[in-house]
Amino acid sequence: MMKGLKKWRLFSLLAALTVFLAGCGQEELSTLLPAGQVGKDQFKLLMLSSGIMLLVILVVVIIYVVAIVRFRRSKLGEDFVPEQVEGSHTLELVWTVIPVLLVLLLAVPTVYYTYKLGDVSAMHEVNEDGQSESLVVDVTAKLYWWEFEYPTLGIVTAQELVVPTGEKVYFNLLAADVKHSFWIPAIGGKLDTNVENVNKFYLTFDKESQDLKDGVFYGKCAELCGPSHALMDFKVKTLAPAEFDKWVTAMQATGEESTDVAAAGQGEVLFQQSCIACHAVSAVGESGAIGPNLASFGDRNRVAGFMDHTQEKVVEWLSDTQKQKPGNLMPSFGEKLSDEELNAIAEYLMGLSVEK
Amino acid sequence: MSSVAQKRGFGATLWDWLTTVDHKKIGILYLLGGGFFFVVGGIEAMIIRVQLLTPNNDLVSAGIFNQIITMHGTTMIFLAAMPILIGFMNAIMPLQIGARDVAFPFLNSLGFWMFFFGGVFLNISWFFGQVPDAGWTSYASLAMASEGHGVDFYAIGLQIAGGGTLLGGINFLVTIINMRAPGMTYMRMPLFTWTTFVASAMILFAFPPLTVGLFLLTFERMFGANFFDPTMGGNTIIWEHIFWIFGHPEVYILILPAFGIFSEIFSIFSRKRLFGYSAMVFATVLIGFLGFMVWAHHMFTVGLGPTANAIFSVATMAIAIPTGVKIFNWLLTIWGGSIKVTTPMLWALAFIPTFVMGGVTGVMLGTAPLDYQLHDTYFVVAHFHYVIVGGTVFGIIAGTHLYWPKMFGTMLNEALGKVTFWFFFIGFHLTFLIQHWLGFWGMPRRVFTYMDGQGWNSANVISSVGALFMAIGITIMVYNIIVTSIKNVRVANDPWGDGRTLEWAIESPPVFYNFAQTPLVRGLDTVYIEKMEGNLSGITPAEPVQDIHMPNGSFIPFMLSLGLFIAGFGAMFRTEEPWGMAVLIIGLVWTFAAMAMRSLKDDLGFYVKKEDILKDMKRKGGQK
Repeated sequence: MMKGLKKWRLFSLLAALTVFLAGCGQEELSTLLPAGQVGKDQFKLLMLSSGIMLLVILVVVIIYVVAIVRFRRSKLGEDFVPEQVEGSHTLELVWTVIPVLLVLLLAVPTVYYTYKLGDVSAMHEVNEDGQSESLVVDVTAKLYWWEFEYPTLGIVTAQELVVPTGEKVYFNLLAADVKHSFWIPAIGGKLDTNVENVNKFYLTFDKESQDLKDGVFYGKCAELCGPSHALMDFKVKTLAPAEFDKWVTAMQATGEESTDVAAAGQGEVLFQQSCIACHAVSAVGESGAIGPNLASFGDRNRVAGFMDHTQEKVVEWLSDTQKQKPGNLMPSFGEKLSDEELNAIAEYLMGLSVEK
Repeated sequence: MSSVAQKRGFGATLWDWLTTVDHKKIGILYLLGGGFFFVVGGIEAMIIRVQLLTPNNDLVSAGIFNQIITMHGTTMIFLAAMPILIGFMNAIMPLQIGARDVAFPFLNSLGFWMFFFGGVFLNISWFFGQVPDAGWTSYASLAMASEGHGVDFYAIGLQIAGGGTLLGGINFLVTIINMRAPGMTYMRMPLFTWTTFVASAMILFAFPPLTVGLFLLTFERMFGANFFDPTMGGNTIIWEHIFWIFGHPEVYILILPAFGIFSEIFSIFSRKRLFGYSAMVFATVLIGFLGFMVWAHHMFTVGLGPTANAIFSVATMAIAIPTGVKIFNWLLTIWGGSIKVTTPMLWALAFIPTFVMGGVTGVMLGTAPLDYQLHDTYFVVAHFHYVIVGGTVFGIIAGTHLYWPKMFGTMLNEALGKVTFWFFFIGFHLTFLIQHWLGFWGMPRRVFTYMDGQGWNSANVISSVGALFMAIGITIMVYNIIVTSIKNVRVANDPWGDGRTLEWAIESPPVFYNFAQTPLVRGLDTVYIEKMEGNLSGITPAEPVQDIHMPNGSFIPFMLSLGLFIAGFGAMFRTEEPWGMAVLIIGLVWTFAAMAMRSLKDDLGFYVKKEDILKDMKRKGGQK
């Protein structure tokens, strides 16, 4: 009996330890492992508020347990008639004033951080050439994909946000169809992309993403936006400033490549015939495309934002987009093109890279 | 209309229930209707949890999943929690204030039938295969983009049901203001009556915004208006404001009556006067008032700017103070009392820590910058289930066990009640505690599935297993209800033995005119006072036995609501089907004809003769 009990104890200890270790979630998408100043500020508030709240819970539970243990009718006898106490002004005062103080303790940093995180004044500061001094990214959320334009750099990409570490990156957020919400849990809180107005905020990225499990942070849509809301993921690649500059230059160079029809492979020819109307393969330009920009498709981490990044998955996606991402706006090509042709397109897409 | 039980055919019984204006019977109807929808919403919840059991699950498709979560939320809030609470208000509140019925028995019946037909209208969408899928909040841009008639069912169904609720709220307000027995001053009213009063006042101010919002949505979708379409100069954020100006008070409408039920339970089963009664009343009123001042905390991530966010943050935190006052007063009520752990008391005791956990996460969410992280994640799902299930549903189940003998004249089985409790309580915490962490770990809410490899798998398994426990608990409760109804062991006036308020001084269930003589109220917990002073009946009459004026039953509320139900289909199919316009007109004409009949036909009610009352009293006297 005792032995069984001991084993049971060991087991529960292990279970508790597992829970504790797993308690912080995964680095690429946990709010408990913030990798940016905004997320860290919010984490501080989480710790502060949790602390205050645990204190409140503790006080309540102590009074509660003592009351239940001491004042049971089974102990006091069936005929016991308790004194009919009306109340106590002193006690009422105590449990009004102490919560007021606790609320103030939380309210002051709340107001401070609300203004701090809402400060986007630097966004509009321009240098002598009229260029914004900070990096600004225009985010457009569309039915189940994300478009990222860098207006000062003249480039546009989709599904995978690339940003430099160590500086404030400012965002203009807008939705093109229905309301979505832009969220990178490990970096900082979310902000909605409304359909009628541009929302602005900033995030900072303190950690290069290359050491993470997939080499990227995870981004999510946090507002119900239709059937495939759950699949409206994006990824965030954070690069050291020098690497980022290199990436920008490479992206800007994609505009100079012209298609040599003679030298083009089957995949590229098919792409020009079937896909180019919606998908650009040059990163130079502005947002507003019908489909995601594919200039850096080969460098990305996922197909359609959530499927494994392999050629087979690209073919699967192209053959039946509705099966993979219900309600999305891209037509399926399973019946229009043969498997061989789909494979050729997939191979071509996987080769679109600015990093290799 | 005699109180003497007599054998009647099925048809006569059905007719009686369809036309009843008796607040006790309407209370039972609300309980049955709400209970039915509670089971429907529960089945939807189980499908959600099975779908999320494993990553990439395809039990239901993405589109159907969104329909299920929308209907789960809408059903549970509008068609289950609120009607059941209104059922208790109906069944118990008039008894607590010593009244013979509510102020407007006809409106009471109309309110029920509008709720019923609205609820049926909403759920008929399943048979059309066009179900609301824009979430229970039905944010405008998604609601406008939603194909088929799903969101139309939402807009019209809630409009009809919401109208019923508004009627109920007004009715209770007038009842409490005007129909209290002699001596029942405001500060002697039982706390359940007080919370009914405040919740009704909140209904009065919160439901008109919903009505307006739903009208705008209806006209936007069905009649070509452009209130929300930004390309036509509309604005979708307006919907969010209107919805939450209604929606936030709504959650207090749900919780306050539950607070009232718990206050009664703590007092009864501790054999002790409610500690700090006046502070409790003040806290209730304050919560009701502040409930209207905090709606934008649902919109911290909408981009209202730091000033609005800061103001609404602090206002939200302020609500914690009166709520804390209530918690400590309950604790001090049981402190020094004589606690008997019956099934209702078990639920009430479980409510305190559970609700405190839900309350503190509410303050955390009210911290705007932190909300940027937690908003629309599973943390929010955990939070509102801790308050709505841990508060309202615990309160409903506690109230069901507490008031069952008063409403039906027979007790629910205590042992089965406790088994129900443990399954539900353990299942509840298994399901929702872990969801706080799912939110921290980055899982958004309202997702139909999730990819493997994000660290969410085992937490979701735990959550789904917990949901199964809750389902088992509710199944046992349904079994308990059926078995005890069949056995039908009759109980006396005060089956719990420690009743303190007027409802426990009359028989279970009460005669249709409630009180043979209107009682004289001599203080808070008047029955307890009378008994302590040696008056074992618990009541001192305020009037001699005399004829009692009572209202006649009416079939008009049923017909009027049916007219609105028919008109709803017409509005929906007006442009698509040739019969659409005709049905819309027929439905509206039907409704107005019913109204006209009510207005033109004088119905003066009837008198219960003194002799009959004396006969009833004698019969009761014989039982003692």
